[in-house]
Amino acid sequence: MTAVAAHRALGLTDAEYDGIVEKLGNEPNEVELAMFSLMWSEHCAYKHSKRLLRRLPVEGPHLVMGPGENAGAVDVGDGLAVAFKVESHNHPSAVEPFQGAATGVGGILRDVFAVGARPIAILDSLRFGELDSARSRYLLEHAVAGIGHYGNSIGVATVGGEIMFEGPYEQNCLVNAMCLGIARKDRLIRSAAAGVGNLVVLFGALTGRDGIGGASVLASAELGEDDADKRPTVQIGDPFEEKKLLECSLELLDRGLLASLQDLGAAGLTSSSSEMASKGGVGIDIDVSRVPLREADMEPFEVMVSESQERMLCVVEPERLEEVLAVCDKWDVRATAIGEVTDTRRMRVFDGDELVGDMPVVALVDECPLYDLEPAPPEAPLYPPPPRALSADASPEETLLGLLHSPNLAGKSWAFEQYDTLVGSRTVRRRVEGGRSVQSATADAAVLSLAHDGGTGAIAVSIDGNGRRVACDPYAGAVEAVLECAANLACAGAEPLGLTNCLNFGNPEKPHIAWQLERAVAGLADACRALDVPVVGGNVSLYNEGGGGPIYPTPIVGMVGKLPDPETVPGSAFREEGHVIALVGPFEPYVQGSEWHKLNGELAHGLPQVDLQAHAAALAAVRETVRAGTLASVHDISGGGLACTLAECCIAGGIGASVAWKPSDSDVEAASYPALSRLLLFGEGPGGWVVSGPAEAVDAIVGVSVQRLGEVGGETLEMAASAATLSLSVGDLRNAHERGIPDRFS
Amino acid sequence: MKFGVVRFPGSCDEHDALLACRRFADAEVLWHKDRDLKGVDAVVVPGGFSYGDYLRVGAIARFSPVMEAVTEFALAGRPVLGICNGFQVLCEAGLLPGALLPNTSLRFLCRDVDLVVENADTPFTRACSRGDVLSIPVKHTTGRFYAPEEALDELERQGQVLLRYADGHNPNGSARDIAGVANRQKNVFGLMPHPEHATDPLAGSADGGRIFESLVAHVEELVAA
Repeated sequence: MTAVAAHRALGLTDAEYDGIVEKLGNEPNEVELAMFSLMWSEHCAYKHSKRLLRRLPVEGPHLVMGPGENAGAVDVGDGLAVAFKVESHNHPSAVEPFQGAATGVGGILRDVFAVGARPIAILDSLRFGELDSARSRYLLEHAVAGIGHYGNSIGVATVGGEIMFEGPYEQNCLVNAMCLGIARKDRLIRSAAAGVGNLVVLFGALTGRDGIGGASVLASAELGEDDADKRPTVQIGDPFEEKKLLECSLELLDRGLLASLQDLGAAGLTSSSSEMASKGGVGIDIDVSRVPLREADMEPFEVMVSESQERMLCVVEPERLEEVLAVCDKWDVRATAIGEVTDTRRMRVFDGDELVGDMPVVALVDECPLYDLEPAPPEAPLYPPPPRALSADASPEETLLGLLHSPNLAGKSWAFEQYDTLVGSRTVRRRVEGGRSVQSATADAAVLSLAHDGGTGAIAVSIDGNGRRVACDPYAGAVEAVLECAANLACAGAEPLGLTNCLNFGNPEKPHIAWQLERAVAGLADACRALDVPVVGGNVSLYNEGGGGPIYPTPIVGMVGKLPDPETVPGSAFREEGHVIALVGPFEPYVQGSEWHKLNGELAHGLPQVDLQAHAAALAAVRETVRAGTLASVHDISGGGLACTLAECCIAGGIGASVAWKPSDSDVEAASYPALSRLLLFGEGPGGWVVSGPAEAVDAIVGVSVQRLGEVGGETLEMAASAATLSLSVGDLRNAHERGIPDRFS
Repeated sequence: MKFGVVRFPGSCDEHDALLACRRFADAEVLWHKDRDLKGVDAVVVPGGFSYGDYLRVGAIARFSPVMEAVTEFALAGRPVLGICNGFQVLCEAGLLPGALLPNTSLRFLCRDVDLVVENADTPFTRACSRGDVLSIPVKHTTGRFYAPEEALDELERQGQVLLRYADGHNPNGSARDIAGVANRQKNVFGLMPHPEHATDPLAGSADGGRIFESLVAHVEELVAA
């Protein structure tokens, strides 16, 4: 293969190749070309997104570590910090779902313990095609099994997540994983290599040929017909190896033996070593002949770009090497000094005595050309409308049961029961749909006690996003993702401290995708500013296009908040006969982009814009109300609108409710009666919560609009909205909700 | 009274077990490479994936140095509690009867289940009464208790079945709904549900605390005698 053909096969343009030649002063050899192609891939260099990401707010009062480190971190009081990040593993999961999802979990765990935090929780955000497709069922089943396989074996609880099904994810599923870790604030460690003459030590698993080209060939290109050929670019995970690596890394840090630490993720040794060198303003020499190999005859370039899992790189003072090796030996973790920190500011790769690669660190890490997007809104609809799944004349009862039974709104116990939600003894609220015990009933956000870590109170965490709504309106959809996450946190009484995001989009070189990306980032930025929540780090996943066109633009948002007392978290279940039910917040439902719209085969263009200041005030009011500890339940209104939200409260509590929502006069003028009923029952939008509790608790809510709807009791949900009424037993509601996923597998 | 909690590479729930034990008494970790049990009064073999469990659950842990000491401890009549992977290890070590097979669903399952106390006259269940119902979570892929019919009859006759899944709560297809069994002497007990995850009402249930409470009462009675 000629050099020119080689660089194209590795994903570099001719102009980029010329740039590399210029920076090196000569043609790159095989090792150098392989390393540049990875470091200059979208996955490592963010060349199409970096300028855009600068618009996101990254400062906040609780920030400890911002973007640029392996994970961001926020202060949760009592000298403790919580580190967290979300990352995608989309293309590997589309090609090989079990290992793709498993190593997605493994990678995000390493990002968190690489900053010195003990991982305590995992959340996942998954997207597949419609479940009537055999391929989607296959991907769902194996991705869930892969997450369970890795997460369950490593002693980190999977505490939450979301799963949605939409046609445009058929070929290109999304697997985003978020991890949270906890550390003493003063013990967090950065990845900048320091100290000329210090040793670079690789520890963990053997290096093999798995995952070669993962970042460039797989992650930074569209999927095509030859997906199966890309299987060798998918890494293979070994959670037992990672469990040892995790405990070993934390003990090395506890003993103060490391100058810096970095995990090996995408682009393996290449990115980990060169990024450490870049951040530290130093050079690094690596001798590939010292890297312990899984296969004997690997070429130097293969060693440098292998993405074999469960490996870490650290910088160690020479006199502490023996101690480091002893700790690794205790944990049965292989550790080898493979290089050293130099003052050359060059990445040099040796094979024994022979110099096989020599590049300026700055050229490799920091000088990848950045591209401006050329955004243009699409002239014609990008996505076909979804197939109609509900008859046009469905009664309110049929509609509600159809919504609860639809895969997006149906109970996800089928998946969540395959995850260990308990390990660590911190999980106070978790996903228990229809659980018997009120104490363990589901809440909108996972709540993790800090008591065992020497802290007070608890943290709450949620992960959210809705690609269909972003497809309708990239700006408003992204704003809603942030509001939805914050609304879930408010249900637990938590104040948001920081946010992480994963931007899953199609090919940014196409103007309409660039437009989606730019509008969505603007929405995220405005919503974060309005809520005063900094973005502490995240991930961009572009080129998510299969044969059927681009995925829905899918920004996923993960948010971490703090609450003073986990005892006050009410959960979402209605609890007691006679409790008052109220609708709280500036909720103005609309059908565009809703599940109801989808089941009726419609996809809207444009969504109403929200008043962010009003929503920020409502979030604060709900948060304060929850903290008072007087409410019996709080549940935010999301998919399926008010009717589905009420149904979920009834199902979780095993008790009925009787409610009526009468529109104001202006609403009556704005909509005809059948349409208005539908809007009130099934319309969606941010900023609404259903609460229940004793009358005096509901009356005590201040700072936000409160409308009494009715009361808890009986064995049916009786609902009146404008001219429509519906009546369904809690048993029928539960059956529809519980059977939604299993019925698609039978 | 001091509990010892064994830690193998791949143990996941040892920290949870320590926290649970410490609600009722002292507790410390026993390292798998050591033979020293540090003078503990009761041993807990916790849940997790000992040595990765890639061969067969519990098969490798059974050969670790610490298990030699645990076996001696058990044969001397001292109390040993195996939870989930710990139950599997104790079965592999021959300290408990029967074997654990993959769940009938072939899937990992994490769920709260109700358990009925079948025998309250043991060091592990004395804080309960026969017929009590405990809410304790299960989480495992390989938890279907199996023994030949005659052996099951014998276990029942000898009162070795201490906990059974309540009607409709058997998560894995265990024979005769068995959730936990003891050896003939009743000083070694293994169960698939995780009592260490049910010691705090805030986390869903405190019913698992009754097992630890029972052990503490048992040891303290021995010391007093």
